[in-house]
Amino acid sequence: MTRRTEPEPVLRIDELGVRLAADHAARPLLDGVSLHVRPGETVGLVGESGSGKSVACRSVLGLLPGGARVSGQVRVGGHDVLGMDRTQLIALRTRQVAMVFQDPRASVNPLRRIGDFLTEGLRAAGTPAPAATARAEELLTAVGIRDPRGALRRHPHEFSGGMLQRVVIAAALAAEPALLVADEPTTALDVTTQAEIIAILTRLRVERGTGLLFVTHDLELASAVCDRVYVMYAGRIVEARGTDELFDRPRHPYTAGLLACTPRIEAGAPAPRPIPGRPVSLAEAPPGCAFAARCAHALPRCREETPALAPYGDGLAACHRADEGITW
Amino acid sequence: MTGTTPSAAPAAGGAADALRRRPGLGRLRELGRGPLFTASVAVLAVLVLVALLAPLLAPYDPDAVDLSASLTGTSGGHLLGTDQSGRDILSRLIHGARTGLLGPLLVVGVSTLLGTLLGLVGAWRGGWADALLSRAMDMAFAIPGLLLAILLVAVVGSGMTAPVIAMAVAYTPYAGRLVRGIARQEKARPYIEAYRVQGWSGWTVCVRRLLPNIAPTIFAQSAMNFGYALMDLAALSFLGFGVQPPTADWGAMINEGQSAIQQGAMLPALAPSTCIVLAVVAFGIVGEGLADRISRRER
Amino acid sequence: MTRYLVGRLLGLVTVLLVTSVVVFGALYLAPGDPVSFLLHGRPATPEAVASLRARYHLDDPLPVQYLKWLGGVLHGDFGRSAQFHQDVAGLIGSRLPGTALLVGYAAVLVAVLGLAGGVLAALRPGPLDRAVLIGTGVATATPSFVTAIALVSLFSVRLGWFPGPGGTSSGLGDRLHHLTLPAFALALTFAGLLARVTRSAMLDELGREHVEVARARGVAERSVVRRHVLRNALGPVVTVGGTMLAGLLISTSIVETAFDVPGLGSLLVQSVTAKDFAVVQAITLLSVAAFVLVNFAVDLLAPLVDPRLSLHGEGSS
Repeated sequence: MTRRTEPEPVLRIDELGVRLAADHAARPLLDGVSLHVRPGETVGLVGESGSGKSVACRSVLGLLPGGARVSGQVRVGGHDVLGMDRTQLIALRTRQVAMVFQDPRASVNPLRRIGDFLTEGLRAAGTPAPAATARAEELLTAVGIRDPRGALRRHPHEFSGGMLQRVVIAAALAAEPALLVADEPTTALDVTTQAEIIAILTRLRVERGTGLLFVTHDLELASAVCDRVYVMYAGRIVEARGTDELFDRPRHPYTAGLLACTPRIEAGAPAPRPIPGRPVSLAEAPPGCAFAARCAHALPRCREETPALAPYGDGLAACHRADEGITW
Repeated sequence: MTGTTPSAAPAAGGAADALRRRPGLGRLRELGRGPLFTASVAVLAVLVLVALLAPLLAPYDPDAVDLSASLTGTSGGHLLGTDQSGRDILSRLIHGARTGLLGPLLVVGVSTLLGTLLGLVGAWRGGWADALLSRAMDMAFAIPGLLLAILLVAVVGSGMTAPVIAMAVAYTPYAGRLVRGIARQEKARPYIEAYRVQGWSGWTVCVRRLLPNIAPTIFAQSAMNFGYALMDLAALSFLGFGVQPPTADWGAMINEGQSAIQQGAMLPALAPSTCIVLAVVAFGIVGEGLADRISRRER
Repeated sequence: MTRYLVGRLLGLVTVLLVTSVVVFGALYLAPGDPVSFLLHGRPATPEAVASLRARYHLDDPLPVQYLKWLGGVLHGDFGRSAQFHQDVAGLIGSRLPGTALLVGYAAVLVAVLGLAGGVLAALRPGPLDRAVLIGTGVATATPSFVTAIALVSLFSVRLGWFPGPGGTSSGLGDRLHHLTLPAFALALTFAGLLARVTRSAMLDELGREHVEVARARGVAERSVVRRHVLRNALGPVVTVGGTMLAGLLISTSIVETAFDVPGLGSLLVQSVTAKDFAVVQAITLLSVAAFVLVNFAVDLLAPLVDPRLSLHGEGSS
């Protein structure tokens, strides 16, 4: 799959499967998830809640639910995260991969100073305290926080949500990671603040050549930010392709459905149409294509045979009718 | 800077409230919801029956002194042995269940009634009445029940009266605070407004509609308080301030049994101790279990 | 912040004033007239009656009586003990160290056992957690005098490791040895309660996102627990701990009586039995004062533990 012209991916997930071992029946969360992110590339991972996108992106840091059984590989910089011991995981998290979470208010310990939060990661990576403080100031300046020295002594409740998310991003960039995982980084923020945060993320990615895995439920936002997008449904990747092609010519009815239910501003655009039914998780999914129950184009075969992810156009789709050019 | 968190302030107050509700037995229920609850109900049922039928069940007169049969230990004649005065311990335990349950019943009954009244008035009226009542209850928390009881005993003398009155007064703010809290929540619900729009008078809605809805929660809390009241009253009896000898009472029996322990006879003190712990645990589990059921039903 | 402090202080003073009224007024709840109540069977010689009337200012109108009594109390004059023929203040002074040592000992036990139990239970789910739950469940349902009985029968009578009730002791080591069983009897209920509060506060924090974020940032688990979980669980623990310290003070009357420890608690019980009302008044008042002062101290500590609490003060100043 790797094209010779492209650099080695910083992240490569291969056939990742995660099952929660409950008391009796194991509950599957992910099945055969494969994706990759190259240096400097922004890759979207889009899905509704319960699709498994958060489990997938947390696995990059080796953060998996307790008692989970995992198959496949998650390679960061060529090393398999799933086989790492405690020390290696700490090295991975302090140096190679950083994560930005959805709600900055919840991400930062409310009782500790901003300075503590910023330097904590650096200290964990072995930076001496004075150097860590100096670096924290630099980082705050880089994300556009005025009076960084004063900010270090403040507590999180003295910041607005957008400002706090800037702090979280600054902390994520502290160790110059090769890969940044952003899990719905703007969902908890106002629209105007969202744009600022996206702008900061984009600028920093360009400046530093960091690979960015951008997880969101918002296909429209993903299209604005990402080079390529993976669409997840019920614990599986159902479609993967470049942003432009995905929007112009989606191959999976679920992607098409997601696009059709996004309201548009242009004059004469069709009214948004919701996808009938509700999203399911992998554990609840029936055999066959998990989307079949909600799909207007489902055939009997769709309910029996799980479609494999196969190349269609410039990307991949997991649909028995992907070659028929079905739109929603 | 921007960003205020008014929600932060109640955080610490919440913990204080939690303590005021004395979450002692809280998580015992996690150890097994069904069987433990059932067993506790059974224990309490047996306890009530024993108290009611004490004269029929007790093998001996609980006050019959027989100095020749002092501290006999377990035997066919005396299942749990005798105390230092040769009184049958089992019979005293059985009769002790009466005072053991009657005191807490009075305390919890009176404090729940008073607390419900005060809590409802505060929640329903709001404004200055609520502020005044809340302030008064805060103040009442500062004088611990045990201390109030001891003060009252010092004035009016030992016996059931002073401890029961003092404990009823001391437990009222617990009940009042609980009722005020849940009544305020309940009052904010749309159905209350609906009745008022239909022309029901305020107090009719409050007493006929709101009160029945919060009554189960009050009852659950009362069950828990029953255990604590039992514990507190037993402590006062142990100090010699409660039921006066020779009346059989668990707390007093432990007090009398102390010297027997030094002589190696454990039963005179350990038997009533076990009864107290068993009753307190059972009341706690039943109260928690009821509260748990109510909150699950509402969800 | 200052407004908050002034508010709390006013509340504290109000509580103490109300308590003093209750403690003073209790005299008039007694059946019969105050003099015969205060005499309590001691010979009513004209001198004794006159000295009592003078001491309690019984010839003044009631509000004046109260104010004069309160004035004396504020100057440390709590009257005279009828049973010990001694100034109450001096009597209390001589009994205070014993109680302070016992309460201090018990407080250390509560803190160590409660925190350790709660932290272990929260961090080690499974058998250990269940064992702590059962243990604390029994501990919180067991009144201190029952604990006292159980401890004495096991460790004193059966095993003979610790002395039983009564007995004298000299030197700090010996005193602590004598106080070990009383301190455990006093501490176990509260330690159980604290362990539960600690456990649930820790579990609350362990489930928070900022803890996962800290892990995701490569912070070592030990630091995550110390800097984020324990640190944040401290708020409820301190609040409850303060209330408990006050509870310990009250429970000393039971434990000191059970173990014949010469302290304020046993003095209170003796004085009630002997109708030595001046002593009862003094100890009641002091206990409530200690109770509200400890809670006031906890209120002062709260903004240090949770910086968000100081916000409303800062905003207004």
